[in-house]
Amino acid sequence: MNMLTDAAVEETLQSGSKPAASKMAGKDVTVHYGEKQALFGVNLEVPERQVMALIGPSGCGKSTFLRCLNRMNDTIDICRVGGSILLDGEDIYDPRIDVVELRARVGMVFQKPNPFPKSIYENVAYGPRIHGLASKKSEFDEVVETSLQKAGLFNEVKDRLQEPGTGLSGGQQQRLCIARAIAVSPEVILMDEPCSALDPIATAKVEELIDELRENYTIVIVTHSMQQAARVSQRTAMFHLGNLVEEGPTDKMFTNPDDKRTQDYITGRFG
Amino acid sequence: MTDLTAMPAVGGSQSRSLFLRGERTRRRHMAESRFRAIGLAAVIFGILVLVGLLGSILANGVSSFRQTYIALDVYLDPAKLDKAGDRDPEALRKLTTFTYQPLIKTAVEGLIEEKGISVDGLGGKDVEGIISKEAPAELRHFVLAHPSRIGETVKFELLADGRIDGYYKGRVTMETAKLDRNVSPEQLMLADELKAAGVLTTRFNWSFFTAPDASDTRPEAAGLGVAILGSIYMMLIVLVLSLPIGVAASIYLEEFAPQNRLTDIIEVNIANLAAVPSIVFGILGLAVFINYVGLPQSAPIVGGLVLTLMTLPTIIIATRAALKAVPPSIREAALGVGASKMQSTFHHVLPLAAPGILTGAIIGLAQALGETAPLLLIGMVAFVREFPAAPPGGFFDPASALPVQVYNWTQRGDPAFIERASGAIIVLLVFLIIMNLGAIFLRRRFERRW
Amino acid sequence: MTPGILTIIVLVLTMAGYILGRRRALAVAKRDGVRLHSLPGHYGQAVALFTAVPALLLMGAWLFLQPLLIENQISSQIPDSVIPEGGARSLVMADVRRIAGGLDRLVEAGSFGEDDLSSMRADFTSVRGRLAEVGVALGSDVAPAVFDAAESYRGIANTSSLLRNAAVLATALGFGFLALRRIRPTLRARNVSETFIRSLLIGSSLVAILTTFGIVASLLFETIHFFRLYPARDFFFSTVWNPQFRGGSDLGILPLLWGTFYVSLVALLLAVPIGLMIAVYLAEYSGKALRSFAKPAIEILAGIPTIVYGLFALITVGPFLRDWIAQPLGLGSSSSSVLTAGLVMGIMLIPFVSSLSDDVINAVPQAMRDGSYGLGATQSETIMRVIMPAALPGIVGAILLAASRAIGETMIVVMGAGAAARLGLNPLEAMTTVTVKIVSQLTGDTEFASPETLVAFALGLTLFVFTLGLNILALYIVRKYREQYE
Repeated sequence: MNMLTDAAVEETLQSGSKPAASKMAGKDVTVHYGEKQALFGVNLEVPERQVMALIGPSGCGKSTFLRCLNRMNDTIDICRVGGSILLDGEDIYDPRIDVVELRARVGMVFQKPNPFPKSIYENVAYGPRIHGLASKKSEFDEVVETSLQKAGLFNEVKDRLQEPGTGLSGGQQQRLCIARAIAVSPEVILMDEPCSALDPIATAKVEELIDELRENYTIVIVTHSMQQAARVSQRTAMFHLGNLVEEGPTDKMFTNPDDKRTQDYITGRFG
Repeated sequence: MTDLTAMPAVGGSQSRSLFLRGERTRRRHMAESRFRAIGLAAVIFGILVLVGLLGSILANGVSSFRQTYIALDVYLDPAKLDKAGDRDPEALRKLTTFTYQPLIKTAVEGLIEEKGISVDGLGGKDVEGIISKEAPAELRHFVLAHPSRIGETVKFELLADGRIDGYYKGRVTMETAKLDRNVSPEQLMLADELKAAGVLTTRFNWSFFTAPDASDTRPEAAGLGVAILGSIYMMLIVLVLSLPIGVAASIYLEEFAPQNRLTDIIEVNIANLAAVPSIVFGILGLAVFINYVGLPQSAPIVGGLVLTLMTLPTIIIATRAALKAVPPSIREAALGVGASKMQSTFHHVLPLAAPGILTGAIIGLAQALGETAPLLLIGMVAFVREFPAAPPGGFFDPASALPVQVYNWTQRGDPAFIERASGAIIVLLVFLIIMNLGAIFLRRRFERRW
Repeated sequence: MTPGILTIIVLVLTMAGYILGRRRALAVAKRDGVRLHSLPGHYGQAVALFTAVPALLLMGAWLFLQPLLIENQISSQIPDSVIPEGGARSLVMADVRRIAGGLDRLVEAGSFGEDDLSSMRADFTSVRGRLAEVGVALGSDVAPAVFDAAESYRGIANTSSLLRNAAVLATALGFGFLALRRIRPTLRARNVSETFIRSLLIGSSLVAILTTFGIVASLLFETIHFFRLYPARDFFFSTVWNPQFRGGSDLGILPLLWGTFYVSLVALLLAVPIGLMIAVYLAEYSGKALRSFAKPAIEILAGIPTIVYGLFALITVGPFLRDWIAQPLGLGSSSSSVLTAGLVMGIMLIPFVSSLSDDVINAVPQAMRDGSYGLGATQSETIMRVIMPAALPGIVGAILLAASRAIGETMIVVMGAGAAARLGLNPLEAMTTVTVKIVSQLTGDTEFASPETLVAFALGLTLFVFTLGLNILALYIVRKYREQYE
């Protein structure tokens, strides 16, 4: 903890100091996939302990932006990111930053449930194991149980923790993936269309869960469904053709948007 | 980093700066680098081993492409070759190589005298010993072809003995010559003198590719002619049989076969045949083609049939992949204008799949070309000096094959044969490289993305 | 007329059939003034197929069955008295065949008319000498009964060939003519020829089954033969392998199995970790450039013939191990050893393992990697804890396939492992394997019907069963694995 004296850290901390309400912020974010530009200078602040929904037609760059927030785009060779993204005022694209630690704080849930081909228990224990968040069996048991409980899955699976995670239903798998993300105790959870592969009932459960998670986590969710955005988010950002069209409180966005394009999209004229 | 090992309170803005790296993270990154280094080491090891493999073969074998020759003026003495003086071919044919040996001895002695070379302790046997034992046969062959030249002095370029050749390739030294019954240091000195006189030369060894095998005592004369021809014959048979059968089978399985038990059995069968040890195919060839059908041993026809059966699964698997890669829309388009299923397959699908099929066929052939074990069992290890006749009759004549010739030479006593074996491997590899490059070229040239 | 010439005649007839069929179809259509159902070429095709296929099939079947039928007939003609003590009927039959072949060659060479054969009968001692002239060496003088058998063998074979030629030509002409006669404008020639072609396609795909059948039949047949001469219990459970030329051999498979197992184990211990790490590195770490170069390179490597590796073992690895490890440590003085063969075989298997594992690793969905990276795992953690477990069945399948190849590999062990059957633990000693012994027993000079030769078939069958088991298991596991992610 004494490394705070590091001049560079000091500088970054000061330059990035922000109102406490903003957990993450993108500044002039541009993304290229090879020759093709996918994002054109996006400026967006993510408020703390709220759910922010990213909406827009297919290919508008909302998923790209989401993946920038925990540097998942690093895994794609041809992807180049410009501008800066701050987490608690620190630029996560700074070369001195360790992606591994960043991702421990900014977790992610994917479009298709992707449980590992391991037991339910091991799926949840995976994150704490690699990050060394627990060492004793009892500690692991506790992390697994709390995480599953927070994901609202514990009661459904408590008798079969040692069975493979791939054997669960789609909705359960997605909640398992959320539990897996929670187990690392991140500060931000990114969700990339988490319900697109789920049936309505499972979707309702996941949405309910998202609403509960808001108490402790900052959540950014990409969604195709207007209704979902309206149901779960407090703020909404509308993307179109790689640009941020507008951003604001969800109520306002859905009732009285500033931009014509937002209006058209929400009322279903395109998308 | 105690706040990390315990479960920290979720969320919250009290979290640490991202610029601080914990001890554990450092360790994890070390482990990461270690793992990566191990992976890289494995790749480098693989490359080094390959370099070692090819390097050792090249180092041993390249020299076989050069050979030492001695230019010799030989007087074809009529008093010895043609006592009757009538140049009767029948009578000449009756003379064995023993008759020619003294001619060579006289010629070498004459040469030494002419060049004014003197080497201490050079025995009479040593003098003729620097010329290959193959030389009398060469002379005899010449005389039989040109009986009219008896009585003339003819200039021959004769093979030097294998040990003399080895001396110039570093295999034989003065020290080893002292211990060697087959060569003496004096002979080597004589050879050096001859080299200085410009009579003894080392040049490119064409006969390595054209000459037949030679016996144990004449490594310098051994060549790959019969083996190359035998391999070519076998590849012809393999190509002619396995390509049509393989393509026909693939077309049936991919385009026509109903989903039933028989189809399943055939598919499992093909997958398994692809992994049956090659030697088992040799046993099949021995039991069925030789013992049962009664085809001759050592013949390219048997080798070709065995290799065909071995190559079929490879070709079928490649062809089916190529057929599968042709999109269904092409078939539907053809069927849509009223073509029959057969016409759609033969007019549209097959031509589009042709590059893939050819690539597979070349790779299958390359595999067959290098296969050794089954050929051992069907008698292709035999010592064959006669070239097989032209096909189709020649398919039934005894022949050798490139990889078998390699094996054959490694089983001989004279270390000069190791050089030959390595040289033969280089020839084999060159063939394989050409075939593989052809396959890669085809794939690149005609590759289609749908 | 040899089968080759016969084939050519049939093919000429086929071509004629095509032209005639096409022409007739056009003529008939013109005469009747109607449209043909199919293209004129289809009519030609139908006639051509009817001419060629039945005739060629008949010829194939004849060539295949003729030896069997003649054999049976002649075999019953040989009295038991000429079968030597401890020998087998098949040995005598082999003599009969060779004498018959020799007589054929004598007649062909012209030194010898059919009439002379009868005089030759009168003087059996000369038979051996005359046959030797044409390159047929016999172990002993010919017994009269054997000579008679050889004579009638020739007779039957000649008659049979004549019959065959006649039958094949008759079939070609007959079917061709019938097909030609059937041509009418309304004939659905396209369907006829397509049905025909379809059955040809089916026939081709049955070659695979025939091959397997041939392998199993030949192995099984001679193995049963072997077990009649040598007790199966001794074969499977004896620890001594000591074949003798004069009989009384010990032919226990255990030392050979041990050698095979030991060499394969060394090979797999080298090839599996290295091959796997190469696959991992290429799939997960290396850049696109290295990968696009390395992947085809590895596939080409996998295609290097094993004789190359064998030579490498013989001239480089073997002497190196002997001079630098075995002799300094006093562990042996042979350049062929388990370690030599095992290491070189391991090198051969590296590209095989890495190529298979690469496919397997790439089949693990990207979502798995994303899930792990999203949780903050490093690349190696992702590989070791997520990708490897996910790919495990596929990797096990690949290892099993590699093991099956190691067991069946021949040239490397022939040239690198040695010939001494031994049950030992010292990896620097020469040992031998099943495949080495198959080669040495079948290329040796022993009589074919002796247990010393026939044992090779029993060894081959054992090898076949082992590798087949491994392959089926591996294919099953890999198939299940692929289904999991499809």
